[in-house]
Amino acid sequence: MADTSANQGIPEPEGTSQIIETDYEIGQDNIETQIGPFGLDIHNPVFLVSGISIIAFVFYTLALPEQAGAAFSWMFSAVTKGFDWFFLGSANIFVLFCLLLIVLPVGSVRLGGAEATPDYSYVGWFAMLFAAGMGIGLMFYGVSEPMSHFGSSMGGTAADGGVRTDWAPLGAAAGDEQAAIRLAFAATIFHWGLHPWAIYAVVALALALFSYNKGLPLTIRSAFHPLLGDRVWGWPGHVIDILAVFATLFGLATSLGFGATQANAGLNELFGVPIGSTTEVILISAITAVALISVVRGLDGGVKVLSEINMGLAALLLLFVLFAGPTLAILTGFVDYLAAYLQYLPALSNPVGREDVNFSQGWTSFYWAWWISWSPFVGMFIARVSRGRTVREFVICVLLIPSLVCVLWMSVFGGVAIQQVVQDGYTAAQEAPLELKLFKMLDALPLAGITSFIGIILVIVFFVTSSDSGSLVIDTITAGGKVDAPVPQRVFWCIFEGAVAIVLLLSAGGLQSLQSMVISTGLPFTVVLLIMCWAIWKGLLAERRAL
Amino acid sequence: MFKKIMVPVDLAHADKLDRALRCAADLAQRYGASLVYVGVSAATPGSVAHTPQEFARKMESFAASQAETTGVPSEGLALTSHDPAVDLDPTLLRAIEDTGADLVVMASHIPNLSDYVWPSNGGTVARRAKVSVMVVR
Repeated sequence: MADTSANQGIPEPEGTSQIIETDYEIGQDNIETQIGPFGLDIHNPVFLVSGISIIAFVFYTLALPEQAGAAFSWMFSAVTKGFDWFFLGSANIFVLFCLLLIVLPVGSVRLGGAEATPDYSYVGWFAMLFAAGMGIGLMFYGVSEPMSHFGSSMGGTAADGGVRTDWAPLGAAAGDEQAAIRLAFAATIFHWGLHPWAIYAVVALALALFSYNKGLPLTIRSAFHPLLGDRVWGWPGHVIDILAVFATLFGLATSLGFGATQANAGLNELFGVPIGSTTEVILISAITAVALISVVRGLDGGVKVLSEINMGLAALLLLFVLFAGPTLAILTGFVDYLAAYLQYLPALSNPVGREDVNFSQGWTSFYWAWWISWSPFVGMFIARVSRGRTVREFVICVLLIPSLVCVLWMSVFGGVAIQQVVQDGYTAAQEAPLELKLFKMLDALPLAGITSFIGIILVIVFFVTSSDSGSLVIDTITAGGKVDAPVPQRVFWCIFEGAVAIVLLLSAGGLQSLQSMVISTGLPFTVVLLIMCWAIWKGLLAERRAL
Repeated sequence: MFKKIMVPVDLAHADKLDRALRCAADLAQRYGASLVYVGVSAATPGSVAHTPQEFARKMESFAASQAETTGVPSEGLALTSHDPAVDLDPTLLRAIEDTGADLVVMASHIPNLSDYVWPSNGGTVARRAKVSVMVVR
């Protein structure tokens, strides 16, 4: 073995993994400097360009809100309507690709080399990937989405000039309560099950493979090395990373804004706290402050601990609703809804010739773009904590188990809410605005005060876990893949996220227009993800040959 | 007086370690102690090494080349941490226990304003370690 201490660049291949030979040295483009008392270690173009363009973008939406709003909403509908076939088709490819990885022999490749051992126990690992990936959406949509599909399915189809104007999935189920419930859950599970998790799994697997097994830096651009070669270290790579920072920061900022709205609505319901921008600004500041503590305490002391606490709380709430509601009906529902999902899956995922245009474009295509625009962030975070797992284990745990948990969650929360309408004629949850549906559903169950309070805490802590893991991810990308950059940098990104969220919340329509913007980034990232599938395949084959 | 001296090193900034390395070697020669060089990295590829195994090899060869120049029996110890920017201090404190070192010699910067918020690693180790710590500034 050659003496490698003098050479800080190319490592020795280890036989157990196939390191990609490149002259790039991680951190070679970084600026290490001291600003005042704070040390900095940042990737030169990526940090500056993304920082400056984010500020410029915020100013644009603030200075010209109407023009920006119109531009973004045009972009949003052009993307989700014009490319629905592309989103739906690509998402199907990701699911099939992931399922293939489970059964094919390449699934035995271990992330981090053949002898690597997992960094985290199953519980800690699962809690973190779940909290980062979906947590908050489950709180927001757990009650409202099944209910919404149920309502539109019951309404039946309506058409104007041969084009469907109703929002029901597939052929609807006019007046048939049982069929409408099954269809509603099939559609909801479709949006929260295999497809989103396959999207995350593809990104996470690509990043984990190319950094742990191939020795490339932990940034999005590394997955493009098979395609672009050493050009990924130049501007093509900078652009990819800057886009990822952009999507992550704005995705987080908009979510922080919406989360503050829901928490505010809950606090108003429970304690009469006034609804308004003052409360929301205080909430965002508080969420950011807790995220700040968590991010300074690091991955193990902050993010992991919070994720585990939150999973515990969420499980408690789930069990409570399960036993306080009609337990038997929910449990049989769970099996029945799962069957309905599998039954309707081919029709729901069909990318072309859909008649239910509102549903497939307004719901499915929107969701796919949304998951994809979140995927750089969630995928990178999952990659960070998944070293030492085999590809098969990884895909099962990132694809199948979270999907099942989502099915269970939706069956319980949505199931109870629909039973309330169908059996008891209790329609408060059905009539409530989106952010209040969860609390209205809990109202009809015993101990509503306590469970609503837990609900608010969950919403807030899920945001904290998104915010702190997001800061870690942005910091790593803007430090050129270094995970040991000085802590003040994470603090900067964490505060920056909160500040962007507050500024956008205070401006009229700022959050909505940026949400449209974030979703529009889903289109280029879909292409990125398709290339990643190919890169993963190539990378895994090289690993197999090395075994 | 001392039997084993632990020297935390950051291979990415090996050029800034000179004073601490010489100091540790002098003390080791004076008391007939052995040296253990400790490095901490994440499992992700970094500027020093692409894999934890490569990092371990670099620590070993670093120790070997130090032993050649100083003539003091030395070993290298590579530790992996999930989040080295934050976990460095506890990892080093554990390493003191694990190696059985009775003196730590480590380089640190001259304290400035940010040390009130984020104390230097040398400062934290000196405050928490059960053994003697010499912070070389």
